[in-house]
Amino acid sequence: MPVAQDLNPKFSEYADPSVLVSTDWLEANLENPGLVVVESDEDVLLYETGHIPGAVKIDWHTELNDPVTRDYLDGDGFANLMSSKGISRDTTVVIYGDKSNWWAAYALWVFKLFGHEDVRLLDGGRDKWIAEGRDLTREEPEVTASNYPSVNRDDITLRAFRDDVLSHFGNPLIDVRSPEEYTGERTHMPAYPEEGALRGGHIPTAKSVPWSRAAGENGVFRSRAELEAIYLGEAGLRDGDNVIAYCRIGERSSHTWFALNYLLGFKNVRNYDGSWTEWGNLVSVPIVKGAEPGTAPVVK
Amino acid sequence: MPVSAAQALIDDFQSLGLKDRLQLLLEFSDGLPNLPEKYLDHPDLLERVEECQSPVFLFVEVNQGLVNLFFTAPAEAPTTRGFAGILHEVLDGTSVDDVLSFDDDFPTKIGLGEAVSPLRMRGMRAMLARIKRQVTEKR
Repeated sequence: MPVAQDLNPKFSEYADPSVLVSTDWLEANLENPGLVVVESDEDVLLYETGHIPGAVKIDWHTELNDPVTRDYLDGDGFANLMSSKGISRDTTVVIYGDKSNWWAAYALWVFKLFGHEDVRLLDGGRDKWIAEGRDLTREEPEVTASNYPSVNRDDITLRAFRDDVLSHFGNPLIDVRSPEEYTGERTHMPAYPEEGALRGGHIPTAKSVPWSRAAGENGVFRSRAELEAIYLGEAGLRDGDNVIAYCRIGERSSHTWFALNYLLGFKNVRNYDGSWTEWGNLVSVPIVKGAEPGTAPVVK
Repeated sequence: MPVSAAQALIDDFQSLGLKDRLQLLLEFSDGLPNLPEKYLDHPDLLERVEECQSPVFLFVEVNQGLVNLFFTAPAEAPTTRGFAGILHEVLDGTSVDDVLSFDDDFPTKIGLGEAVSPLRMRGMRAMLARIKRQVTEKR
């Protein structure tokens, strides 16, 4: 049984109001047996310093990625992970994290690759919960292992690979990295470690909309009208567009994917998780430098 | 001697499961000493470790051949604080020679890569490199 959705009026204007919950709603529902709260952060140790009572932790790097191949868990791996966290196929999962839910959105996207039906984000994430003075604990919950089924990962609907990008020209691409990464001035985020791309710049025709613009004050998602002004107005997306979003490794673009897909209702949005650490190292793919999107290349 | 202290710490971490390694890292994060008063008013003296994902700053003092280390990193960056706490534990109060000859591969040997991901360990290697450079400049 899914847990009843948060009827907060702010969410009702979004294309799918059921994918967000407020801090008030979460606090009132913490004891709900149909709910599992998941913390997923950039900093791997934040959960240990204090988390929402009852929340379990999922680390994007050590738990969602395959340890050998550059890829996500397979169906068995995801089933084992979910079972170890006490999550069943019909559990309502609420994910929250640091940095405006950047990594939480990434975890949510991975849940969706496996078709987990009811996954929501805590609007405003960890920072908002703390700013409001709500309870944190260092106590880890007692988890009763569940029996999550092994489900094949769907790599087609929500995920784009490099060949998908090469055949996508003519359709909109959104580059959600910082302006310095977009122009090619640098290949990693300001103040972040160099993760290794041999070339700087962006995929031809990609529009630059840094991911954090989807979040406003307190890290909560912007209103529908504000999001429309950014993505339909400035970036020129139109209803029904087939969109691919990318960043450096696919984490920041998950946040934009979430906003386009659930808040604005684009039904055909994919995340290119290879992103710049793949494209910026690929031999002979087209790249544009500078602030202009550039023109679509003829792909051989 | 930092070599034996470092080896003891490597043994400590290696004897633990991944989850407990994180708990030990949390202890170092919690235990990182605050900046002394005299440096609170001198942010200009502190060097930012650009390779870290979170704002962490460090400063090295060399007095009569002994090295003292000072770090500051926000509570929202516990992993980075933990790395700083570990380096403080093994290097603070040791000699210039001990610091300069300290094993550059220590961050790998400590076995945290499996617990926090190898990518995140770059931050500790960068801190160590910057500590050694400052010691070289100030000895």
